[in-house]
Amino acid sequence: MAMIEVDKLNLSFGEGDDANQVLHDVCIAVSEGEAFGLVGESGSGKTTVLRCLAGQYNHWSGRLAIDGENLGRKLEKARCRKVQMVFQDPYGSLHPRHTVETALTEPLAIHGIGDASRRIDAILTKVGLPTSFRYRYPHQLSGGQRQRVAIARALILEPRILLLDEPTSALDVSVQAEILNLLADLRQREGLTYLLVTHDLGVVAHLCDRVAVMQHGRIVDLIESANLVGCVPEHPYTRMLVEASRHYDRHMADSVAPEAA
Amino acid sequence: MTTTTSPAAFDSTPQSSAQALRQNLLRNLRKLLRNPLSVAGLVVILLLLLLAAFAPLVATHNPLLQDLGNTLKAPSAANWFGTDEYGRDIFSRLVYGSRITLYIISLVTVIVGPVGLTIGVVSGYFGGWVDTVFMRITDIFVSFPGLVLALAFVAALGPGLDHAVIAIALTAWPPIARLARAETLSLRKADFIVAVQLQGASPLRILVRHVAPMCLSSVVVRLTMNMAGIILTAAGLGFLGLGAQPPIPEWGAMISAGRRYMLECWWLVAMPGAAIMMVSLAFNLFGDGMRDVLDPRSE
Repeated sequence: MAMIEVDKLNLSFGEGDDANQVLHDVCIAVSEGEAFGLVGESGSGKTTVLRCLAGQYNHWSGRLAIDGENLGRKLEKARCRKVQMVFQDPYGSLHPRHTVETALTEPLAIHGIGDASRRIDAILTKVGLPTSFRYRYPHQLSGGQRQRVAIARALILEPRILLLDEPTSALDVSVQAEILNLLADLRQREGLTYLLVTHDLGVVAHLCDRVAVMQHGRIVDLIESANLVGCVPEHPYTRMLVEASRHYDRHMADSVAPEAA
Repeated sequence: MTTTTSPAAFDSTPQSSAQALRQNLLRNLRKLLRNPLSVAGLVVILLLLLLAAFAPLVATHNPLLQDLGNTLKAPSAANWFGTDEYGRDIFSRLVYGSRITLYIISLVTVIVGPVGLTIGVVSGYFGGWVDTVFMRITDIFVSFPGLVLALAFVAALGPGLDHAVIAIALTAWPPIARLARAETLSLRKADFIVAVQLQGASPLRILVRHVAPMCLSSVVVRLTMNMAGIILTAAGLGFLGLGAQPPIPEWGAMISAGRRYMLECWWLVAMPGAAIMMVSLAFNLFGDGMRDVLDPRSE
């Protein structure tokens, strides 16, 4: 059974004539334990799908289901324990005046889970941070360390689904690899389901099993990520994304330019 | 699998939350003490506090005791700042007056800070009609000049120190509320607020534990700067006879009483005037230093 089901998801911002529809009939099904990638250029609506699933937007239409249960408009606590999100920018996703300990205690306190101290130690170890980091403020941590704290914060509620919004794009290359390895590790050990949004095909190829390609709020292609590496994708937009990620090609740029204009 | 590098340029890794907090405070204090002007302000404020606390020990005379054989005397060894028209020692009156000044400042701040912060944070976070209602109320209060509004309130309530405090508080909260609202608006969509929303936190929890602490520093800075204005408004009300009533040695009221003798006896007006100026300047300078330390944008 699918862990995440997105069926005919539509979302628009604004009302009446100003309405701007950003998602058009998006359908995704992610099975349990799978890592599913959503790629596309900026503004294609991939993060918006994630935010609908996380519960940040609630005026969507269509059907969203997690673990077989349809999602309501309101963000319930039970859903928060199943689905957690890791944000793109680790410099903006941690409260600047909260220590690591406070940041990790908060979700436990919200859900009334006891034994906080032991859980925090355990989760810090799990994400590869020394437990002595507990009393540090975010400004005393590097970007990669912050992202680890953000991952720890998402995982401390023991969710089954992790929504990853470009978790590595704000980090430098060497740290990106560390975080990707950590995410791959965690998925294997915890049996997590990932929905990963990115514009970096390398990240997708490394982490994901299947990829959906989005353009202008629609899913235009769905492929095995293994096919990103060797084969030439059939859909022209996917082919262009893959080409673009490999090298710069004058011929391709020329072929795209008239469409853009 | 991982190597963790400890960031340089920071104190040793704290071992407890109390220690982390202490390190943070010490760092801020050090930053504050690096600015000579704010240190000067701090010194004057501390002096004012000491003066108020030990007024009976510092004062050379009873501030209320009239000595009609000794009126309007120029500053001398016996009366350091001279005497007023009833022969009361001006220095002692100034010393006891510091208590009144502090009483007004602290009471107004205690009322204005929480009220302004709450209204601003709530209206900024919830937006929509809540925001509209709160902000229109704020606009109404802002659309009158502070002193005029305070005058109207005191005139309605009757003169007196407590009424002056209420009147000043009524005019002082709108800027705080607007500040907190602006700060909240910029935070509302921040990732760390969204993150805690997605963890299922209630709005109350988000406001109290996540939004308000971020607004607190700019509100504290603003309150410190406001204290200068509060002192001046209180003195203004006292001068107009609507604040502290005789024989309470309020500085503004002292200037008002001394006005009639100003040309012959300059010390009647100059001494309390200098006191008001020094204290409000000190709060301004200290507020400036606080802003350098606490403003998140200056980090």
